[in-house]
Amino acid sequence: MWDYVKLIVLAAVAVTAAVVASYARDLAHLVHMIIIMLTASGLFLWQIRRVGEPPVVHNQAEYLDGVVRYGVIATAFWGVVGFLVGVVIAFQLAWPALNLEGAMGFANFGRLRPLHTSAVIFAFGGNALIASAFYVVQRTSAARLWGGNLAWFVFWGYQLFIVLAATGYVLGSTQSQEYAEPEWLADLWLTIVWVALLAVYMGTLIKRREPHIYVANWFYLSFIVTVAMLHVVNNVQIPVSIFGSASIPVWSGVQSAMVQWWYGHNAVGFFLTAGFLGMMYYFIPKQAERPVYSYKLSIIHFWALIFLYIWAGPHHLHYTALPDWAQTLGMTFSIMLWMPSWGGMINGLMTLSGAWDKLRTDPVIRMMVVAVGFYGMATFEGPMMSIRAVNSLSHYTDWTIGHVHSGALGWNGMITFGMLYYLVPRLWKRERLYSLSLVSWHFWLATIGIVLYAASMWVTGIMEGLMWRQVDAQGFLVNSFADTVAAKFPMYVVRGLGGTMFLLGAVIMCYNLWKTVTSVGEKKPAAAAVPAE
Amino acid sequence: METYTLLRTFADSWHLLFMALFFLGVIFWAFRPGSRKVHEETASMIFRNDDKPAADDAPESPSGNREPKEAR
Repeated sequence: MWDYVKLIVLAAVAVTAAVVASYARDLAHLVHMIIIMLTASGLFLWQIRRVGEPPVVHNQAEYLDGVVRYGVIATAFWGVVGFLVGVVIAFQLAWPALNLEGAMGFANFGRLRPLHTSAVIFAFGGNALIASAFYVVQRTSAARLWGGNLAWFVFWGYQLFIVLAATGYVLGSTQSQEYAEPEWLADLWLTIVWVALLAVYMGTLIKRREPHIYVANWFYLSFIVTVAMLHVVNNVQIPVSIFGSASIPVWSGVQSAMVQWWYGHNAVGFFLTAGFLGMMYYFIPKQAERPVYSYKLSIIHFWALIFLYIWAGPHHLHYTALPDWAQTLGMTFSIMLWMPSWGGMINGLMTLSGAWDKLRTDPVIRMMVVAVGFYGMATFEGPMMSIRAVNSLSHYTDWTIGHVHSGALGWNGMITFGMLYYLVPRLWKRERLYSLSLVSWHFWLATIGIVLYAASMWVTGIMEGLMWRQVDAQGFLVNSFADTVAAKFPMYVVRGLGGTMFLLGAVIMCYNLWKTVTSVGEKKPAAAAVPAE
Repeated sequence: METYTLLRTFADSWHLLFMALFFLGVIFWAFRPGSRKVHEETASMIFRNDDKPAADDAPESPSGNREPKEAR
């Protein structure tokens, strides 16, 4: 019966998509409808061959790791894609001729930039978060994922969202809100997928066999719940027509700006911070083979972080039409955030106390520790830049881009790489990683790449900020905008090189993980079971 | 009173008080007497159930470490 319901729904979706495609008002919507039609009809064929077969058995005495394996592959794949697009746009800024004439309107900087940011944040980071959340919640709940195949729906549904978003950017369908560019159709689809993710996660927590909910799950859960709230509120808009991708936002003026940066900064706070802190609280203790330094600190860290982060958004709107009190509020909370951020950093680093020697022998833990180090640096730099006087120099300059990348490449990237190196041998039941020296190569390439990136952006950002405000004795501005662009050229080349090194490291990681799965011997169960403790 | 002023006043006073007290409560809860044992147990929970879920008859006790420890 259920099989037939699925077939009817899939057929209806495919036919509707075909009809809408034939009336589509813009290219992006046409392509989206064709993607949906092909997906639905492919699933229809897949489903019709399975009608009448006995349903998949979900053995509750085993973990559901297949979806985590797929998530790991997707993370590595989207990571390389996102870094590659980043390197391309970095060189497009250095050499504008790389905005090729024939690719105008598809592959120029303006179209590729949201593709890069969304690919690294939502495709690479999002897949890393979902895969690791599924892995961690099962281990810390001692229970199989709730909801049977719902976790698979989350995985594939999320990939469909990524494809819809990415094709939309290249074809010019955007609602022009940073990090919330996808239009109404992709937004609605993501909402459905996210509710399913929340259900799987909560369901697993509810049926857990451990008395306590481990702290990593608190962070993951706050990430899932808050992102749901942010996504819905910032995307309240009315589609112009179901035949087109355009929509009209409900918020306007300064309210729209405030909602957007409430969303934007909490995307940083709950997507790129809380979720990845969940990763830190599980994978660093596991890799170091010792419990987290202070569990009490982790509780206070959690509550302080979520209490403060949600108010920090207005610091993106200093010196705008936003009321002064709101700007000051955002600045104050950003500065207070320094405390929980560093509390978390100290907790992560001190987990290694008594095991610092592992830094010498284990490049994976080195990666995780450097990630936490970059977390500390980025969360020091951020509050400082949110101070209104500092912001008057740093805002709209490349300093902001440097800050974002020391957080994103250093913290999110490195902790994800550490997570992947931890997970792959365990998920594919291999004895060890293929090569630790390749991990070291990855580590040094990525670290030096980030240093080149951040340092060049500090130089160019501060230089640019100073040039913009430079006035002569008569009070006239000294530099034109084009002067600053010309002055930034060497730093742009260095930034591109840093990005290239980071990308190269990621490619080495993919090779290493591939060889780990294909040519490292299978892990044999321990011959004689040793009684615990 | 218009909605904005009403909400603003509420946020400035009662809600601020509520959040401050809630946070102090969290800190007290973390440091409550007897929490050390619970926290030590919870912090080391990640070192079991690595390969498969807990069995149905699992005793939910701190010494529920029935899995043979991985030899590494």
